[in-house]
Parts: sequence; structure tokens; C-alpha cells
Amino acid sequence: MTLVLAADGRPLKASLNRALRRQKLRALMLIAPLLIFILVSFVMPIADMLFRSVENEIVVETLPRTVATLDGWDSESGQAPDEDVFTALYFDMVLATEYKTHTRLGSRLNYEMTGISSLFRKSGRGVGRFDTDTYTDAIQAADPAYADPAQWAAWMADDTVRAALPMTANTYDAWAAMIIETEEDVPAEEVPWNFVFTSLYLEVTEGAEPPVALDLSGVPLVSLRDQFADVDEDWLDPEVWQVVKIYSPEYTNGYFLNSVDRFKGAEGAEVRPENEQIYITLFIRTMIMSGSIMGMCVLLGYPIAWLLANLPARKANLLMILVLLPFWTSLLVRTSAWKVLLQQQGVINDTLVWYHSTWFGQLLDPVFMGLLNICYAFVNVITWVWNVINGIWGGTDGLYMDWAVAGFERLALINNQTGTIIAMTHILLPFMILPLFSVMKTIPISYLRAAKSLGATNWTAFWRVYFPQSVPGIGAGCILVFILSIGYYITPELVGGTKGVFISNRIAYHISSSLNWGLAAALGTILLVIVMGLYWMYDKIVGIDNVKLGG
Amino acid sequence: MSALPAYATTGQRIWYYSFRVICGLIFFFLIAPIVVIIPLSFNAENFFTFTPEMLSLDPAGFSTKHYQDFFTSSDWQLALRNSLKIAPVATFLSVSLGTLAAIGLSQSHVPFRRAIMAILISPMIVPLIISATGMYFFYSNPYIPTPFGRIDLPFTLTGTYWGVVLAHAALGIPFVIITVTATLVGFDQSLTRAAANMGANPVTTFFRVQMPLILPGVVSGGLFAFITSFDEVVVVLFVGSAGQKTLPWQMFTGLREQISPTILAVATILIAVSVVLLIVVEMLRRRSERLRGLSPA
Repeated sequence: MTLVLAADGRPLKASLNRALRRQKLRALMLIAPLLIFILVSFVMPIADMLFRSVENEIVVETLPRTVATLDGWDSESGQAPDEDVFTALYFDMVLATEYKTHTRLGSRLNYEMTGISSLFRKSGRGVGRFDTDTYTDAIQAADPAYADPAQWAAWMADDTVRAALPMTANTYDAWAAMIIETEEDVPAEEVPWNFVFTSLYLEVTEGAEPPVALDLSGVPLVSLRDQFADVDEDWLDPEVWQVVKIYSPEYTNGYFLNSVDRFKGAEGAEVRPENEQIYITLFIRTMIMSGSIMGMCVLLGYPIAWLLANLPARKANLLMILVLLPFWTSLLVRTSAWKVLLQQQGVINDTLVWYHSTWFGQLLDPVFMGLLNICYAFVNVITWVWNVINGIWGGTDGLYMDWAVAGFERLALINNQTGTIIAMTHILLPFMILPLFSVMKTIPISYLRAAKSLGATNWTAFWRVYFPQSVPGIGAGCILVFILSIGYYITPELVGGTKGVFISNRIAYHISSSLNWGLAAALGTILLVIVMGLYWMYDKIVGIDNVKLGG
Repeated sequence: MSALPAYATTGQRIWYYSFRVICGLIFFFLIAPIVVIIPLSFNAENFFTFTPEMLSLDPAGFSTKHYQDFFTSSDWQLALRNSLKIAPVATFLSVSLGTLAAIGLSQSHVPFRRAIMAILISPMIVPLIISATGMYFFYSNPYIPTPFGRIDLPFTLTGTYWGVVLAHAALGIPFVIITVTATLVGFDQSLTRAAANMGANPVTTFFRVQMPLILPGVVSGGLFAFITSFDEVVVVLFVGSAGQKTLPWQMFTGLREQISPTILAVATILIAVSVVLLIVVEMLRRRSERLRGLSPA
């Protein structure tokens, strides 16, 4: 076999490979800046959100000693932990109060059990006034060397002293770090605080060898358990300690359990009481409302797409503007239009009132009421189905459409689910029409004529020949509309009132009002998983390369 | 739908006309809410409905006072200025980076093409509320993740101009990628080879040969990116602070708290802007199709 050589004498195969590699490299170099940009500005934030939905370092960071000693506590005992844990809590609390992190931890644990926030705030104030100053006074009276900051610093630099008094060394180090960071003082110039003397006392009474001999036999023990109980009785409540213990690992699935109406109990996930369940209902409501919006969009979009695809090009282009104009108009403009139109004193209701006052309105009123009654019956059926589903899930918040609350004269069209569905159908309709149109453009109308010439009725020709070919367009449009609508925030917020809001509104509420970011992140993660599943389906059916914008 | 043939039965006739009426009603549903805003914005009263004077076309019923309010109110003017400061810069970022990447993606041998495409399109697919949540967390405390732990960066992006610009640029990129790659599908790669053959370097080839041909796609991608930023409210609500209050943000708070008729005037102005944008994009699309030798429409 002869080796084919390129002009420069290399084997042709190697030369081609090299050229290909260079081409690949050049393509990647062109893509790299944008890829890095997207990774930094978009993908990392999303990853951060996913991380935050399980992250729970705050407990172990704020109360490291307590968490370590709490390991030995049996949460089944029905008793609050013993002195050891309270001693650790005392050290942690003093430090946390100085770093001002105890309130943050309090509000974090308050999401799991109401009342913990005030418990921590109260204890933060009380922990500085504990009776442990008796230790300080007694030790300093026993030997004045213990009142000398420089002496302390020297001891704590000495390895034999550190080995003899490990706990004191630990608390002294924590104290020194805190002094440097929060007070910007030099530890060697400050007398250690009461809690350092507390640990010294505890170690000496247990038989450890202090650097200068101390006789502390006459100094009574101050029970820190009682001190904490004096500040707040709740510290003796084993349930508080259970919450601390359950949330002490660095990662937790607690936020996810919360977002499906469960909570983390002693024996794993437990269902929340019925009156606290909101999220599953909200997820189902978001799904059902997105489904209704999607259905409305198919119903309204299909005839329009058919008309546009089968009209002569000039007319179709003209009518296309009527579809594209809403598509290009600001979302806020369209939402404000609906807010204005649907109001109790808005244009639609005013028109209805005017219509009722005219002679043909009076004449046609029975017809109108009949139509409205049919709609109402239809809505009732949906409501009934919804409530059955809801009943299975154990939710309490039913779907209802209060069409005719204000009588037939003025309809309640806003601040309820009706408002959200009408406004969002209008906003998302172009996203249904455009993919449907591009699919229908490719279906030759002659197939219909062929079917009819073979004896099919109009309906059969449409249903058996045309419709199946338009299904890919319906699929693409449906997924697109559904993806867009389950994540909507602005429109439900403005026209949905309390009953017509989506899961996104709850996420926004947790970020800006209740500040429970972990729960917001967990809800967001669930929503993201749903959307990604739909995106994957969309990619399978349509292909992301085939996404078209504006016709 | 072709015209009704002469031999159509009565049933077909009825269906033909009722179908047109149904389509007319749907078009009405699509367009009426937008159109109705325009006369309402000239209301002389602070109502959101037509007054009897307006219905009788009495000039006393109309006024431009809501427009005056928009142009004199410092809140609205600040919001307008902010929008005009943020959107062009975000657009510039997404168009320049997006065009380069789209050219890279359209080459014949790109490893991991599908995965890269999926990542680049994702800002359009991920619900805005999720993007906003993630950006709010990450921008307030940016860090570099390393295998040895995270390195916190010493600055914050939330509440800053550049934070909002960065976020908006990311949201606009999918639109640029989609429109420019669509234009590049019809681009004849032998043109660049011909240019190179005649001695042009890659930069000259790009600006003198490739760019003029794909310009319509780049411009319409840019318009999409611009409107995305100009119209965006969720992310700016989370990432921005009062100093970055944009026009949609001002409208959103106006609609949520106390709805004032000035919003209708702003809406009318924005409708005019979108009409202009629509016309420009349509013209560009047709020009691009002509350039690529495809039949118009």
C-alpha cells in the first residue's frame, strides 16, 4: 500500500487530521468567550440556587461545639440535654452574639419551629449576664497571675499548658480570634472573658493541672442549664433541641420536604397538618392553570394558524401583523391593558352594562344568560374534577371561578383565576400560532382535496388527513406555551389576586418578604426540574435548533 | 383557505362564513386590548374607562395630560433614562459575543455542538423567576468554585448597574444565537474560501464578506436582545436596586400599588416603539431572504 503524501511531505491522513483539529480549535475559540460569559452570568447562579436548596451550614458554623456534644444526646429521651451540651451552647452563644450571627441562626431555625427566633434573640441578650463571673472573680482572687493578659497569652502559647487544658485552649483561641475581628483589640492586652474562665474552672475541678496551682474547692458550680432556663424556659423543651439536632448536618433535604408539605421529624419525613399545606396544591394549581391556558391557546390558535397558512401570501402577511404586534408589544403593556379592561369599573364591564340597557340587550338577555349559564355549568364540571383531584392530594384550597359574583351586570374578571387565564392566554397565544403556522405551511392543501375526491366528508378529510400532519405543530406549541406559563410571575402577580397566583409568586414571596431563601431555592429547583423535563421533550420533538422567532 | 367555489353547498357556505367570523373574533381578542389602550391614554379624567364625553367625541373629553405627567415626572424620567442606559449596553454585549459564537457554531466540525447549543439557549427556556432567584443569590456574593473550596470575590453585583447589564446580556444571548445561526444556515462557506484565496486575512474576510451578508440576522437578533432587556422586569426587580429602576419596573410597581393613568400613556408610547421594531424586523427578514436567494415570504 503506498502512502499518499501531502505537499509538505507529511502523510495525507495526518495532514488532514491536523487541519481538522485546527478547524475544531478555531470554532471552539470563537465560542469560548460566550460560553464563559454564560457560565459566569447564568449557569453559576443557577448552580448556586441548586446548592442553596440543600445547603445548611449555618447551624454547624454558628454552634460548632453544641452540635458536636449534641451527638451524645438521645432525642427519644423526652428530656432536654444535660449540662455538657449547655456548656457548649454557652461558649457558642457568647461567640455568636459577638459576631451577631445568633439572630440569623434564630430566623433560620424559626422556619422549622416558630418561636426559636425570639428564643435566640433573648438568649443573645441574656448570655452576657450569666453568673459565670463568680468563676472569674474566684480564680483571679486565688492567684493574681490569672488577671494578667500577657501571662494568659504566654500560657496559651505554651504547648504543655495547652495539652493540660485542651478546652480552655480552645475557648481562649476562639476568644482571641473574636477579639481581633470584632473589637480590633490585641488579645495579649485584654483579660479573657468569663467563658474562658468557665472552661478553666470546669477543667480544673475535673482534675486538670493549671499552670499556676489553684484551689477552687470552695467555688460552687454554676449550672448553665439553669442559667439558660432562667433566660427562657424553652431551652428545657426537648423539641427545640430536636430541631437543632435534625438541622445540624451541613446538608439537609428539609427545604425540599417543606416544599412538598412535609417536614423533617425525628423519624424522617412527616406530613404537615392540613391547615399548613399549601405547596402541593399550588403546584397542582399551577399545572392545571397552565394546562387550561395551553388548551385555550390551541383552541384559539389552531383556526388562526390554519387561516394564515392557507390564505394567499399577501393577505396572510397582512394578517400576520395582527399576530406579531402583540408578540412584540411589551408584556407590561399587555398586562396593564388587561388590568384596565377587566376591572369592575373597566371597559368590558361598562360595555356589558351599556348592552343591558339597550333594547336589543333586553331582548337578547335570555340568550346571553343562557350562554353564560352554559359556561357556568362547564366551569362547574371543571371545578368538580379539580376538587376530586384535590381531595386525593389532601389539599384544601379549591379552584373556583367566580364569574357571576356581582350578578350578571358586572362580572368579577380580575384578581381571580379567570383574570390570570384570560390575560395569559392573550400573552402566550402568538407562541402557539407561530410554530403551528410553520408546520401547517408545509402541509399541502391538495391532500385535503385528494381525500375529498376519494369520498371523504369535510370532517373526515380534516380529522384523518390534515389534523394528524399538524400534530407536531400542536405538540411544539403546547410545550412552548406550557413551559412559558408555568414559570410566569408578572401577570399572575398583577391580575391573579390571591387565588390566581402561581408557584413563581410564592418563590418571589420567599425571597423578598419571608426571606426563607432555602425554601425559595428548593421550590425553584423543583420548578426547574419540571421545565427541564419539558425542554428535553421539546428538544426530542422539535429540536432546539429549529426554534424560530417571529415567523 | 382558497375562495369559496361556486358549487359549494349551503352547509359549506355557512361553515365558510362562520369560520371567518370566528377567526375575526380571535383576531379581535388578540389586537383589541392593545388598541383600546391608545384612546384611553388621552382621557381627560383619571378614569380607566371611556367617559361619555369621549364616546361623543367631544374634544373636552380628551387631553394629553397623562403624557405631560410622564415627561415631567422625575420618577418616570429616571426610569426611562435607566432603561436607555441598560438596554443598549446589554444588547452590545450579547450581540458581539453571540455573533462570534454563532459563527463558531455554524462551522462544520464543532465538538459537543448540541451540548453547547443547549447551554447557550437555556436562558430563554429557564423561567425568569428561577434565573432571577439564582442571579440574586450569586450576584450578591460572587465566588469562584475550586476543588479546594470557594474563593469569595471582594465585590457584589446586586444593586449595581453592571449586575443588571450582565444579567440582561445573558437573557438576550439566546435570541442572538438563534437568529444569527438561522441566517448562517443559508450562508455559502465557499465565499469565505474565495476571499481567502484572493489574499484577504480572516478579519478582512469577516468584516467585508461575511458580516454584510449576515447583518440582517445580527440586527434582528440585536433587536430581540434589546427588547428583552428593555421589557424585562423580573430579573431587574431582584438584581437591581432603586437606582436601577427601569421603565417596566416603574410600570410594575405602578400597576401593583396605585394604578395611575400615566401608565396608559407610557403603554401607548411603548406600543409605538414596538410597531417600529416590528416593521424593522419584518423588513430585515425579507431583505435577508432576498440576499440568500430565497423567495420572499
